[in-house]
Amino acid sequence: MRIKEYKTITKVAGPLLFVEKTHSVGYGELVKIRLANGEVRLGQVLDTSKDIVVVQSFEGTSGIDRKAAVRFLGDVIRLKVSEDMMSRILNGRGEPIDKGPEVIPQDELDIIGSAINPYSRGPPQDFIQTGISTIDGMNTLVRGQKLPIFSGSGLPHNDIALQIARQAKVKGQGEDFAVVFAAMGITYEEAKKFIADFEETGALERAVVFLNLADDPAVERLITPRMALTTAEYFAYEKGMHVLVILTDMTNYCESLREIASAREEIPGRRGYPGYMYTDLATIYERAGMVKGRKGSITQIPILTMPGDDITHPIPDLTGYITEGQVVLSRELHRKGIYPPVDVLPSLSRLMNQGIGKGKTREDHKQVSDQVYAGYAEGRDLRGLVAIVGEEALSERDKKLLKFAEEFEKRFVQQGIREDREIETTLKLAWELLSMLPEEELTRISPEFRNKFYKKI
Amino acid sequence: MNKQNKGVIYRVSGPVVIAEGMRARMYDVVKVGKEKLIGEVIQIEGDKVTVQVYEDTSGLKPGEAVENTNEPLCAELGPGLLRSIYDGIQRPLPVLKDLMGDFIKRGAYAHPLDRKKKWEFRPVVKRNEKVKPGQVIGVVKESETTEHKVMVPPGMQGKIKEIKSGKFTVEEVVAKLDNGKEITMLQKWPIRKSRPVTEKLNPNIPLVTGQRILDALFPLAKGGTGGIPGPFGSGKTVTQQQLAKWSDADIIVYIGCGERGNEMTEVLKEFPELIDPKSGKPLMERTVLIANTSNMPVAAREASIYTGITIAEYYRDMGYDVALMADSTSRWAEAMREISSRLEEMPGEEGYPAYLSTRLAEFYERAGRVKPLGVEKIGSVSIIGAVSPPGGDFSEPVTQSTLRVVKTFWALDAKLAQRRHFPSINWLTSYSLYEDILSEWYAKNIASDWRETMNQAKRILQEEEKLQEIVQLVGSDALPEHEQLTLEIARMIREFFLQQNAYHEVDTYCDLKKSYRMMKAVLFFAEKAKEAMNAGVMVKDILRTKSKNKIADAKFERDYEKLLKNAQNGIIKEIEDLKKKVER
Repeated sequence: MRIKEYKTITKVAGPLLFVEKTHSVGYGELVKIRLANGEVRLGQVLDTSKDIVVVQSFEGTSGIDRKAAVRFLGDVIRLKVSEDMMSRILNGRGEPIDKGPEVIPQDELDIIGSAINPYSRGPPQDFIQTGISTIDGMNTLVRGQKLPIFSGSGLPHNDIALQIARQAKVKGQGEDFAVVFAAMGITYEEAKKFIADFEETGALERAVVFLNLADDPAVERLITPRMALTTAEYFAYEKGMHVLVILTDMTNYCESLREIASAREEIPGRRGYPGYMYTDLATIYERAGMVKGRKGSITQIPILTMPGDDITHPIPDLTGYITEGQVVLSRELHRKGIYPPVDVLPSLSRLMNQGIGKGKTREDHKQVSDQVYAGYAEGRDLRGLVAIVGEEALSERDKKLLKFAEEFEKRFVQQGIREDREIETTLKLAWELLSMLPEEELTRISPEFRNKFYKKI
Repeated sequence: MNKQNKGVIYRVSGPVVIAEGMRARMYDVVKVGKEKLIGEVIQIEGDKVTVQVYEDTSGLKPGEAVENTNEPLCAELGPGLLRSIYDGIQRPLPVLKDLMGDFIKRGAYAHPLDRKKKWEFRPVVKRNEKVKPGQVIGVVKESETTEHKVMVPPGMQGKIKEIKSGKFTVEEVVAKLDNGKEITMLQKWPIRKSRPVTEKLNPNIPLVTGQRILDALFPLAKGGTGGIPGPFGSGKTVTQQQLAKWSDADIIVYIGCGERGNEMTEVLKEFPELIDPKSGKPLMERTVLIANTSNMPVAAREASIYTGITIAEYYRDMGYDVALMADSTSRWAEAMREISSRLEEMPGEEGYPAYLSTRLAEFYERAGRVKPLGVEKIGSVSIIGAVSPPGGDFSEPVTQSTLRVVKTFWALDAKLAQRRHFPSINWLTSYSLYEDILSEWYAKNIASDWRETMNQAKRILQEEEKLQEIVQLVGSDALPEHEQLTLEIARMIREFFLQQNAYHEVDTYCDLKKSYRMMKAVLFFAEKAKEAMNAGVMVKDILRTKSKNKIADAKFERDYEKLLKNAQNGIIKEIEDLKKKVER
């Protein structure tokens, strides 16, 4: 079929074009917009009816006038995928920007993807060692899980993400992860830093990097994570690899979503974000997982900065309802100079129980983690009391708990940016800390393990 | 087919499609486009009909055909429902997997009930017998635990002209009436309409859940409604799953509505492995699962709740006790919001449609303990809905609308979850309005002083809350002796009784007798301690006694009676010793 070209734009608003047309245009179709100066931009159909089509331009509408020509390509957006994508750096639309050759495609995939049949999903249960104690010991990551990092602006979430990308491994299998890294709306400087780090540590060899920079059009951000996940699915389910997907920063993604929604004059939901944001985020996050009978897996670590450090803000809130837990960073710990500043109390890994225990980490792992949680929570509460009555007024027991919380932060949470702790080291540290408390305080640990480990290490 | 039953697409916007040139009634099911995607009419304006489509609409074009089936969205009911795993519009997921692989693609359709499987039908009525709607005409052994009762569909009655016996598929006729009507094992029922009953009864029997805090402090009745609101990470899903596993209902309908895929996998993996404590058979034998994860089409999510409740009502009509879990109703409400905003309806609070509370109330109203149409036995549907309030803020519309209709409220608390206190149900904000109506049952079946015992525990917990405020300011040592003792008793109730380990093989289920005995043991210590204090024993000596801590071990022990008796004897002895010391 010959493709018609329309010069019938009736309205341009924000990133949206309203085009009159004569033939039927499909919902979600890809669109090419040719400007008077010959520049070509890509877009997508957002709404189609008998005579008017609404097109969203991925590269903004600046310079577009009513004379621009619009062509509907009759297909949805597809990404050209190939094994050659490994160790390449691409822009947010999937085009190489590392001055290397074009990627020769082996397949073209619809970037929207389809939902995994819940019946086909495999249960995530393999422990991933990240080498970070607060994650491995207290909020264990499991293969096939989606575990976001809730951060705030100015906190070292990107360093943590890179550290995980470098260190993640499944114990005993010697298998490394392929990493798909998608950055949305980050600055040029940050991008430089990422690339330098990837190149320097050799991590780039097994990574695909998508970069959408802060000055790239906002709408492009909506497809970047989908491009990344399509790539990940290709490597995971077609090539049988274990893929770790890091998405940073989902807050920028959501801002773009809001921008488009308001340009379409949709009824806004909470804080102006569209009412379908939950569903939209789910179509990204739910692409993590494993499929029964296939070898590969997709593990996701989305990163988001909580506006105003507010965990009840719609972005972290909706994310938390979809993902299997969250790792929360704390400004207070950061100020104390503790890296990584993971606040374990609001952090959680819902799949932890499936990934730990005998044969996976160690039989006492769960009880140790529960006990450390309980001790640290109580110790932290006591800090409030100390501020009022002073440490002198505390009972012996309370003083010990206070000290426990202090040491926990200094020795367990705190670690080096290049420090890759084995799970045994993490558990050993936990027992060292627990040995500061009187044995009868350890009510969450069975006598068997207390005999084996208490004050023994 | 009537010409007017066909129209063409006029506009596509996400899951909402507008068709023109078609005659339709509200909630008719239509097939949209070349791939015949399933949709439902949700608005009619002049010549234009708005359809919500249950599948992804990418690539759909104006001008493609839309076809009306002239039927509302129906659930298929009959033997074979148990052990099934459906999506929101009752497509069997294992069959879809065979049809199109591991990813859900569009336009696939499979019958909810297997058309080829033959069931052994055993008639229970005779020729010439008069039958009325809902009457059982025969039975089928549907699963290892459940006998499926084949009923005369509502609205049909007459004299039996012919009744068969033997193996049949669900579509084959098993009985004929004298008025020419034929009865098969397969019934269809529109999901948005509740099934008729003879009479609704008072819910005066508890739904025993095996969870101490629920059974003892905030009980739910069979045929009752309960809401579990809680912020993310507070253990909603674990609580729901515990209920699905252990509650003493005959049939469980579990709806995963817009929740996580991996969590559904956990359910799908665990349920077939779990053993029902009552029957000794796998739990799956009495379970219907509906899984519409968050990335599956939003319109099907909206329908999933209705599909689930219709199946639940069907088993209720056979005289069974059914428990329905919906996780989570907030996702359902959001699906309504999403569709409503695509329809450009005037939004109510926080963008939710103005009819939100009506829909929620209608849904919960389909619960109840009833006398079914034709069956002598009483059946019930209990609904337990999880709510996921954004930001953990209970003042948001879905939580508030739910609170107005449900009678039991189990408030989950993120603070408790952070301390790894599970189940993290807040004992101060939760409530049950069934306590009165159920107290008679508890008095008769468990212990005459059940209610008084549990109320005493609640009073102590309430007292603790008040004292904690002071402790936060000045520390516990500054409190008078008897209040320090109250704090200790409250701690024992919390740690020994309220905390329950869902992952421990024994503690995961606690029967009523055991709950009662454990609470009694704690209160026994309270009483003895008070005696000792009156005799002049220092509170710090009482707190230091060891045998009281033995009560906690009863949680993990099947043979708890002996253990509790030992603990009590130990308490008596230690307290007596202390008293003697003071006397000396």
